[in-house]
Amino acid sequence: MIIPNEALVPLGGHAVSHMDQTWTLGGRTLTSRLIVGTGGAQSLDVLRKVLTASGTQLTTVAMRRVTAAGEGSLLAMIRQAGVEVLPNTAGCHTATEALLVARLAREALGTDLVKLEVVADDITLLPDPEELIDAARKLVADGFTVLPYTNDDPVLALRLEQAGCAAVMPLGAPIGSGLGIRNPHNIAMIVERAGVPVILDAGIGTASEAALAMELGCDGVLIASAITRAADPEQMAVAMRLAIEAGRAAYGAGRIPRRWHAVASSPAAGLPL
Amino acid sequence: MTVTLNGEPREVTPGTTVAQLVSQLTDQPTGVAAALNGEVLPRRTWAGTPLADRDQVEVVTAVQGG
Repeated sequence: MIIPNEALVPLGGHAVSHMDQTWTLGGRTLTSRLIVGTGGAQSLDVLRKVLTASGTQLTTVAMRRVTAAGEGSLLAMIRQAGVEVLPNTAGCHTATEALLVARLAREALGTDLVKLEVVADDITLLPDPEELIDAARKLVADGFTVLPYTNDDPVLALRLEQAGCAAVMPLGAPIGSGLGIRNPHNIAMIVERAGVPVILDAGIGTASEAALAMELGCDGVLIASAITRAADPEQMAVAMRLAIEAGRAAYGAGRIPRRWHAVASSPAAGLPL
Repeated sequence: MTVTLNGEPREVTPGTTVAQLVSQLTDQPTGVAAALNGEVLPRRTWAGTPLADRDQVEVVTAVQGG
């Protein structure tokens, strides 16, 4: 069997250079390509260290009922760390629910950014495509900068872009699963056709998987559990930052084609035998 | 009269405003939003909005997540 040399992964030459240090998301110019999710951190102190070590400029929060315990110090800490807050609609199962939560977030936090999550059930936490598209259209019409958490479906990603979303955020694997990127081919196809930033969201377990996301051409990676639930969250935040930088550089550098047989790297001529 | 605050029934005196109800729960000056019967109520209108019997009020803030 002969495997074609130009195998599977699109090759480099992606016009990414060392000058390409910034990217644009919803009108914001960012230098970090890592978005950190705050879920799962054991304390605000751990979270503060994670945010600093990760170099992130954007971090997610969820909206929940105020309790007697109070959560005010979370927002204060995030702002103190110089990080912008990205509210999500986690827990919503319908467009109607997502709309209310997004509007509450905008009112509470004074941001038009929303990470749109509309999941079908609580076992898979997979996005419900029909409700997701419906919610995206309504939120865009209401002036939101919509960043939808979506399936790794190139067609759905395109529909979300056409709905006016400012990015698409395909999953690598189910939320919190740490299974990595189960379908790299689909992620590469989403990247190939997208006219908005592609942010790999969910499924990352360790640094090599974040690097792969960037090698596939993603513009950024959103990571929560893989950092916050690691044995040493601060060290994992550093690992993810470095992996994303390395993956982005490799994407720009253009990898060599995969070949079925060996290609000698030393000259054949001049061997003293 | 009875209103529902974050899913729990609560007795309030007639004339109680949304601002007064929210202040029973939190004194956070920012980072909090309220919805009255499923619609977001801008903070600047809380003080001028009296509650009616059976009103449903949700008061939310940011927590770790995502």
